[in-house]
Order: sequence, then C-alpha cells, then structure tokens
Amino acid sequence: MKLNKSVFWVIFVGSVALLTVVGDNYWLRIGTTVALYAALASSWNIIGGFTGYPSFATAAFFGLGAYASAIGQMHGIPMALAWSLAALIGGVFALLLGLGLLRLRGHYFAVASLVVAELFRELITGGGDFTGGGMGLNLALLPISSLAQARLFLLAFSALAALSALLSLWIIGSRFGVALRCIEQNEDAAAMVGVAVTRHKALALALSAVFASAAGAVYANWLNYIDPSDVFNVLLSVKPIVTALLGGVGTVVGPFAGAVALAGLEELVIKGALDLNGVFLGLAIVLLILFLPRGVMGFLSPARRARKAST
Amino acid sequence: MVFLQVLLNGLLLGGIYACIGAGFSLVWGVVNIINILHGSFIVLGGYGAWYAYTHWGVHPFVALLPLGVLGYAGGWLLQQYVIRHVMAAKVLVTLTLTFGLNLLLNNLMTFGFSADFRKVVLPSQEPISWAALTLPTDRTLSMVAAVAVVVLTHTLMTRTMLGRSIVAVRMDPQAAQLMGVDVPRTFAATFGLGTSLALIAGAILSPIFPISPVVADGYLAKAFIVCVLGGLGSLPGVLAGGVLLGVVESVGSYFLGSSHALTLSYVLLLAFLLLRPQGLMGKKGFE
Repeated sequence: MKLNKSVFWVIFVGSVALLTVVGDNYWLRIGTTVALYAALASSWNIIGGFTGYPSFATAAFFGLGAYASAIGQMHGIPMALAWSLAALIGGVFALLLGLGLLRLRGHYFAVASLVVAELFRELITGGGDFTGGGMGLNLALLPISSLAQARLFLLAFSALAALSALLSLWIIGSRFGVALRCIEQNEDAAAMVGVAVTRHKALALALSAVFASAAGAVYANWLNYIDPSDVFNVLLSVKPIVTALLGGVGTVVGPFAGAVALAGLEELVIKGALDLNGVFLGLAIVLLILFLPRGVMGFLSPARRARKAST
Repeated sequence: MVFLQVLLNGLLLGGIYACIGAGFSLVWGVVNIINILHGSFIVLGGYGAWYAYTHWGVHPFVALLPLGVLGYAGGWLLQQYVIRHVMAAKVLVTLTLTFGLNLLLNNLMTFGFSADFRKVVLPSQEPISWAALTLPTDRTLSMVAAVAVVVLTHTLMTRTMLGRSIVAVRMDPQAAQLMGVDVPRTFAATFGLGTSLALIAGAILSPIFPISPVVADGYLAKAFIVCVLGGLGSLPGVLAGGVLLGVVESVGSYFLGSSHALTLSYVLLLAFLLLRPQGLMGKKGFE
C-alpha cells in the first residue's frame, strides 16, 4: 500500500464530500461505518503498530468514552462539549492505566488490556441508576432530520479518522515517533540509549485512547442508545486490529484501506448470513492471517524474537 | 461454621477451576499461544457429554474418555495444520488467529445447538452432610474427577516420554531440539493435550453447570485467571491458582454479594499481573 500522501488525502476528502452531498441513508451508513473503523484502526496503530504493543483495550476506551459522554449529556452538558470531555477522560485514564500495565509485555500485556473492558462492563452493569446498569442508557434524539443526522455522524467520524491520520503523520516524522519505533524494535536497547520508555509508551496509549473514547462518545449519539455488552464488546478491540492487519500495520494509509475492505466484506458477505455472521467473520480472519501474508508482512518476525518478546 | 462452609464451597469450586485452567495453561506455557478457543472447547465437551447422556444414557464421567481422545486428535490437527504457520509471528497475530477460530467455532455451536441452556440431569442424590457442613454430591463428585484429571496429567508430564519432552520444550525449545526432541510434533501433542483437557473439563462440568455457547467466554476468563494466579504451564500452579480463585470468589460473594464475584476476580487478575506476573508458583517447570 504505497499510496502517495496527497493521493490519499484527495481520495479521502473527495469520497467524504461526495457521500455528504449525494449519499442516501444507506450509503451514508456504510460510509460512517468505514470512517468509524478507520478512526479506531488508525488510532490503535499508534500503540499497536508504531510501538508494537498488542493492545486489546480499544473496547475499554470506546465504552468509557460512550458512557462518559452519555452520562454527561444526561446531566445537561451539550453534545460537542461532552464528546471532548469523553476524549479527555479516555486519554487521562489510558495514561494512568499505561503507567501500570505497560510494564508488562507480550501475552501478559495483551491479557491485561483485554481484561480492562471486562472489568468496566461488570462495574457499569452493577452501577445502578447512575450508569443505567445492564439496561443501558437512552440518549435524547437530535432535533434534526434523519438525513442531516446521517451526514453529521459521517462527518464526525471522518473528522476523527482524519485527525488520527494527521497525528500519525506527525508522529512518524517526529522525535517521539523515532522513540516509539525504537521501543517497537528493541525496548531494552531503547531504554539503554536513553529513551524514557515508560513515558513514551504511556503517551502512545493515551493518544490512541483519545480517539477510541471520542469515537465511543460519537457512537452513543449515533445509535441514541448504549448498553454495557454493546460498547464493551470484545469485537471492538479485535476489529481495529483486523482492520490494521488487512491494510498494513504501522502505516498511515493501511488502516484506511483495511477499513474499506472490512466494512465492504461485512456488507457484502457477513450481513447476508444472519445466523452465521460469526462463522464468516472468523473465517475471514483466519484466511487473512494464513493466506494474506502481504497484509501482515513485515510483521512476522523471527521465531526467537517473538518468543523472547512474549516471555 | 458458616465461614467454614463458605471456605469449603470455595475449595470445591477451586478444584473445578483448576481443571478448567489446566489445558489452557499447558498450551500457553509450552506452545506460547493464548488459545482463545479454550472456552468454546469446554462447551463443546459439555455438548458431547450431554449428547451421549441423553441419546445413549452414557454417564459424563465415562463419555469423557472418548471425548478426550477426540479432543487430542482435533487439537493435534489444528496445531499441525493451522497454528503452526504463525508460530514465528507476534502475539498480536497468534491471538487474532485463535480469536477468529473461536468466533467460527462458537457461532457454529450456536447455529447447531442454539443458545438455549442445556444440562445433564443425573438422578438426584442426597447431599453429603457432616456436622453442620453440607456438600452437594454432584459438585463434590465433579470436583474429585477434576482434581484427578489434573493430578493424572501431572503424572503424565513427569513419568512418560511425551511428558518429559513437553517439559523439555517448555524449558528451552532450542536445547530440546538439540537433544533430539521433535519440537513441532511436541507442540502438536501439547495442543492436542490441551484441547483434550478442555473437552474432558466440559464433560466433568456438564452435570453441574449449564451448557451453552454463551458461557464459553466465562470459562476462558476463568482459565486466564487461574493461569496467571498459579503461574504458566505448571500443573501444581494451576491447582493453587484454581483454589485461590475459588476461595476468593466464594468468600467474596458471601461478603459482597454474588454479583460482585466476577468483578473481584478481574481485580485479582489485574493485581497479580501487575505485582506478581510469575504467579504463585514462580517460573519453575512442571516439577
């Protein structure tokens, strides 16, 4: 996926503008899904791709953002402000979480990051009236037409995806990005030459979480309803990874290409088989990993390093 | 006396948890794969036992033998033909692969058996009573069977050629290879054993816990926790981790209410990951 930077932006801005102007509800929904996947995968890429930490915490940040924003709006905070606050809360939470969890590596980090969403789900389900418990929360309907809403949410998710891509481009060219790359390649060596590894990793996780939480906050208004098993669903942690693997981990354009591919696959194949959609998604993941090595190329490392990194 | 009863319930639960975690711990510790399929394999074992009991009247503790053999074969094939291809890849890739496989298997089970809860209903027996303490018979029998399976597996690890080569590969794959151990085959055997243990655990649990694809994630979470509490790949560690989790959940739900038992176990898991990632039994081998 070696797309020229300006070609990427022309395609991205062009398709968002085209959809906004001429898209009907159906195409706007597909476009919004693509933008949501792209935003999640592109921001996951900061910790998972550039830094090389297998984070399965996306669902935790997404759900935290969704609930922070929904609860805020129920207490009278305007929507746009609630979205920003949710992003901030997600970022600060991830920073603190990262300072603890990012001392773990490999499988241990993956498991720990996976558990955070499960823990949140239990806490929010048992949270009584404040969180709505297992029944979830309803959000106030927006006083605009459904077409205008569809456009608004497409633009909101696209803005998140674009900001995440801009941030990724900045990271790649910055000192911070060089530090992350060093950590990805050999963390011990990076620490030895003076990279403040813990601080950099925690910051990478926090930046990634800002977008996941903001996406969750927008998602809550998009659906007008959230419940713990939906917004903390483990699929929300796995799909960004699959998206990135599809398009190319550690690249800026990869997550966008992957988002188009995954959303297209879901729309064409998986949605058609209602009872078997897990089978098709599962099969797609297995085939991707086994037979699309180009999607995961540069990601496979020698056996010794993989073993060492995970023990 | 109430507290003693709570503790006893915890111990019963702990023995069962150890069996849930054993196969998962073996695969993670030796093959270095987090097998997200483990929970679904346990449910599959439950369905096997349920089918054998309702159609042929075979007791689950008998059905676990053929299920164990089938599990070994299935796990062996899966490792040899699918997972082997990503052995050199990063955690992210292997984890996503087993996640995809799990999605597939779990959805197939929901499609084939529906999400309804099923249970093997054995003829009811009088609970065992001693002083003011009572032990539900079915749960006690399952616990005894579960611990027996873990102890037998431990014996297999220490007394047989296969077990010794698995232990050797766990300690150092390169050295084991140099000593003439066929490492890829040992990985396949370990994955087979892990799958076999999952199906057996499912059969053992079938008389006491409901069977449905929706409980697979819960079993997987228990396996994770037992594994991290006890230490990877160590069967005595699995027993220790299982008992610790069982007692904490039992005591925790007595004081805080049963709805918080799960939250408590996740907090315990995170605390162990952060403070003592090597688990209770340290980083030693199987001995």
